[in-house]
Amino acid sequence: MKNFNFKSATSTKEATKLSSVKTTFLAGGMTLIPAMKLRLAAYSDLINIKKIKGISGIKVSSKSIRIGATTTHAEVAASKEVGKSIPSLAVLAEGIGDPQVRNRGTIGGSIANNDPAADYPSACLALNAIIHTSKRKIAADKFFKGMFETDLKKGELIESIEFQVPEKSGYAKFPNPASRYAIVGVYIAKFKNEVRAAITGAGNYVFRSNELEKALSANFSTSAIDKVNISSKELNSDIHASAEYRAHIIKVMAKKALSFS
Amino acid sequence: MAVIKIKVNGKEISREVSDSTLLSDFIRDNLLLTGTHIGCDTSQCGACVVHLNGKSVKSCTTLVADCNGDEITTIEGLSKNGKLHPMQESFKKHHGLQCGFCTPGMVMSAVDLLQKNKNPSEQEIRDWLEGNICRCTGYQGIVAAVKDAASKM
Ligand SMILES: Cc1cc2nc3c(=O)[nH]c(=O)nc-3n(C[C@H](O)[C@H](O)[C@H](O)COP(=O)(O)OP(=O)(O)OC[C@H]3O[C@@H](n4cnc5c(N)ncnc54)[C@H](O)[C@@H]3O)c2cc1C
Ligand code: FES
Ligand code: FES
Repeated sequence: MKNFNFKSATSTKEATKLSSVKTTFLAGGMTLIPAMKLRLAAYSDLINIKKIKGISGIKVSSKSIRIGATTTHAEVAASKEVGKSIPSLAVLAEGIGDPQVRNRGTIGGSIANNDPAADYPSACLALNAIIHTSKRKIAADKFFKGMFETDLKKGELIESIEFQVPEKSGYAKFPNPASRYAIVGVYIAKFKNEVRAAITGAGNYVFRSNELEKALSANFSTSAIDKVNISSKELNSDIHASAEYRAHIIKVMAKKALSFS
Repeated sequence: MAVIKIKVNGKEISREVSDSTLLSDFIRDNLLLTGTHIGCDTSQCGACVVHLNGKSVKSCTTLVADCNGDEITTIEGLSKNGKLHPMQESFKKHHGLQCGFCTPGMVMSAVDLLQKNKNPSEQEIRDWLEGNICRCTGYQGIVAAVKDAASKM
């Protein structure tokens, strides 16, 4: 790991002020530190954001759940409020990596990183989330831009993620047996006037499945999924699974997600 | 460089360290507590697990600078007055180790599990130890050890 300076910000304003092209924010470090150790990334300064007040914790209203960016996966998994109003979100958090990753890793870090196999991005798309940053509000549909790419500008800090409470929802993933990242993860959410289905792990980055959404809007049942045709054309092929296998697993996970809802 | 104040195994410590020092390196190289092991570069093996303010974390993926004012327990901090911790006794009794490389991390992780769940099922033990890799035992002895320790703690 190349040497760097460690700075701790106590407010969003201070964090953004300390930020430049050579710096990056440090949350749980569960992605950033391994990347720096492997020399995939190097920065002059790491700006710790865990001491910033007001960007951690969970707020629930009847319509939405707002989760602060530095809230850990373990906190979301253990939250009674999340478990009550969007149980699938607590299930997702509990399935991330391992207990030590969940004790440190944060929701903001996961979303900012936008790993193609990360879990949370699928929740953001399916639950029609709003990403609140130091500058603006971004709809999840506009936030995820490509592999490890988001709409965030340099120095823009995620403060919280606001998930809309659906009538029903479920998340199922087919995990990589070593890392628990998604080989395929499917998040389905039914709202009063729409059904949203997001898929992670299968493509370049998280995406919504038009086919699943159309079928499930007409008939919210597993038999509707049977009739859906998922094309393998744009899907990933790697040592873990071929594109055709992923296309198949999407339907299997979609049915499982539905059975959890 | 900055002066870091940190409590390790109950002892207040104040040291000057470079900002990029990993907690695992600090524990091993500065404090010479070599029970904490380093088995990978990818944050996956769990040999380095210690407790940070009572919760298990991977010390190889934590900066010391990020632990200023915090409390750390390493494997050396578990035994009291020369007596092994019940989890350590149990690993010994049930052959929860062979080469011992993964053991410090396994034990620290398992102790954290029992803080949260006093009577875990076999499946819960296996799920919890997801982040601890053992290349020797085949895990059977480890799971038996954690079950037995749960009945004694
Ligand atoms: C062994 C292992 C297994 C894992 N398994 C899974 C898994 O199954 N599923 C899964 O989804 N993930 C998995 N992860 C990743 C884990 O969830 C990370 O915690 C997460 O992706 C990054 O969060 P962090 O808080 O650790 O971020 P950091 O590593 O601190 O930061 C990551 C990036 O996000 C930026 N960032 C952080 N917070 C903000 C913010 N508030 N605003 C703007 N930018 C920010 C940082 O600058 C950095 O570029 C795993 C990681 C490991 C090590
Ligand atoms: S040394 Fe492997 S996880 Fe820390
Ligand atoms: S006892 Fe050898 S790695 Fe676990």
